[in-house]
Amino acid sequence: MNGFMFKVEKFLDILVNKGGYKEVLTGLQNTMIIAVAGLLIGIVIGTLIATVRVMPKYSKVVRALDKFCSFYVGLFRGTPMVVQLLVFYYVMLPLIGVKMSSVLVAITVFGLNSGAYISEIMRGGILSVDPGQMEGGRSVGLSYGTTMLKIVIPQAVKNILPTMGNEFIALVKETSVVSFVGAKDLYLAFQSIGSGTYEYMVPYLAMAIIYIIIVCLITLLIKVMERRLRKSDRGR
Amino acid sequence: MIEVVNLCKSFGDNHVLKNITTTIKKGEKVVVIGPSGSGKSTFLRCLNCMEDPTSGSIIFGGEDIADPKVDINVHRQKMGMVFQHFNLFANKTVIENIMMAPVVVVTKKLKKQKRDNLLIKLHLKKGEIVPVTGSVQEIKKQAHDKAMELLKRIGLEDKADAYPSSLSGGQKQRVAIVRSLAMDPDVILFDEPTSALDPEMVGEVLELMKDLANQGMTMVVVTHEMGFAREVGTRIMFMDDGMFVEEATPEEFFSHPKSERAVEFLSKVL
Ligand SMILES: Nc1ncnc2c1ncn2[C@@H]1O[C@H](COP(=O)(O)OP(=O)(O)OP(=O)(O)O)[C@@H](O)[C@H]1O
Ligand SMILES: [Mg+2]
Repeated sequence: MNGFMFKVEKFLDILVNKGGYKEVLTGLQNTMIIAVAGLLIGIVIGTLIATVRVMPKYSKVVRALDKFCSFYVGLFRGTPMVVQLLVFYYVMLPLIGVKMSSVLVAITVFGLNSGAYISEIMRGGILSVDPGQMEGGRSVGLSYGTTMLKIVIPQAVKNILPTMGNEFIALVKETSVVSFVGAKDLYLAFQSIGSGTYEYMVPYLAMAIIYIIIVCLITLLIKVMERRLRKSDRGR
Repeated sequence: MIEVVNLCKSFGDNHVLKNITTTIKKGEKVVVIGPSGSGKSTFLRCLNCMEDPTSGSIIFGGEDIADPKVDINVHRQKMGMVFQHFNLFANKTVIENIMMAPVVVVTKKLKKQKRDNLLIKLHLKKGEIVPVTGSVQEIKKQAHDKAMELLKRIGLEDKADAYPSSLSGGQKQRVAIVRSLAMDPDVILFDEPTSALDPEMVGEVLELMKDLANQGMTMVVVTHEMGFAREVGTRIMFMDDGMFVEEATPEEFFSHPKSERAVEFLSKVL
């Protein structure tokens, strides 16, 4: 036990007195930026894809778009995130000759990846909304797009909020691989603190605790949002 | 008002509507009756192209709205529809349900007018600048006042800010009816508006429909309420197997049905 306390003291010393907290804060910031930005991009991409996939397939354009979307979803769900990161960073970028910071790379790949997962969640959500809602909107002369955006999707979002929360939590957890392309996340911060003393026990324990706290906070946030959205269910 | 010419509708190999031709005149209250599965709902839903007709035309507002090139949304604003299961927007309050279409439609017009004016100013488009009157706020205010008026008419003004899920079936259907009225339609289509209601709520909905009828609204009603058909209908259309087998005034139809199928049907429902 004394040995453990000694390790804690050493860790705290690096963290507080030797500026380790700066690294942790940067790591925390990057982790959250990547997860949140990835989620937001994913929501936009996912909603667009889901809308295409539930559209009536009358025109050739819609059918072609649908094919492309299903290819996209298959591609990003069928390969590991690390592989996508590495391919994007070490293959795609050099090929097209573009330079990007590692955090931006991570955000892009996380956005594209979560777009694929969210599209499936969103599609399920849209299909779970009573088709009568679309008919009600169309019957008063609203367009397909307006009805989708203002009536169907808000209800779909309410239905899938818990699943979206899980997707966000999964994203936060998956950020721990962004150091593969050099992005300074939480993992890299604690790894560097540990490497200064070759003492990893306490730093990694601290890292685990931070991840747990983040996940608990997100879970709480989702609960609050769900309660708000359930307003329209009163009396049902 | 609505002219149906050689309307056919199939779902795959299932030929549901078989070459229907009929005209619905202004002020008529057409009641469509017939056995289950005969195609009544499909006929009604083809009138506003909720189902795309397989062939034939629906002439409304001077255009063939069965033509996919026609902007169907503009015509649907003038052709209200009331459903068996109400289809009120679950994520909107009662008043928002009623205001929704007017606000969206008028706002769109306003934006288009502004855009056109800008293009004309920039000499990208020919035409005269039409001064734009009104703002989105005013549009909302107007739609709100009108919606409130409609709610007062059905005695539900105290439910304006409630969500549909907290209303009874009869209240939901009455809100659905005034939602379609908010666009000042020329005709309203009703698909079994009372079939999903508890018996004690059927009356209030039929009452409102009679009210509309008395005020001269053109109505096409699919219903199993024979009393309503007899009292309010100006023409009964009896459908069987995707065709109108018999058309007559209510007195004639209920006292002297001509076709065998109508006789059989009436013996079951009366
Ligand atoms: N969307 C659809 N896809 C496939 N078949 C359909 C569809 N809608 C209706 N049908 C078929 O068309 C036929 C007529 O149905 P419709 O709903 O018009 O009958 P109805 O006269 O309204 O009957 P009910 O009194 O039970 O409402 C039925 O055989 C039905 O199975
Ligand atoms: Mg029906």
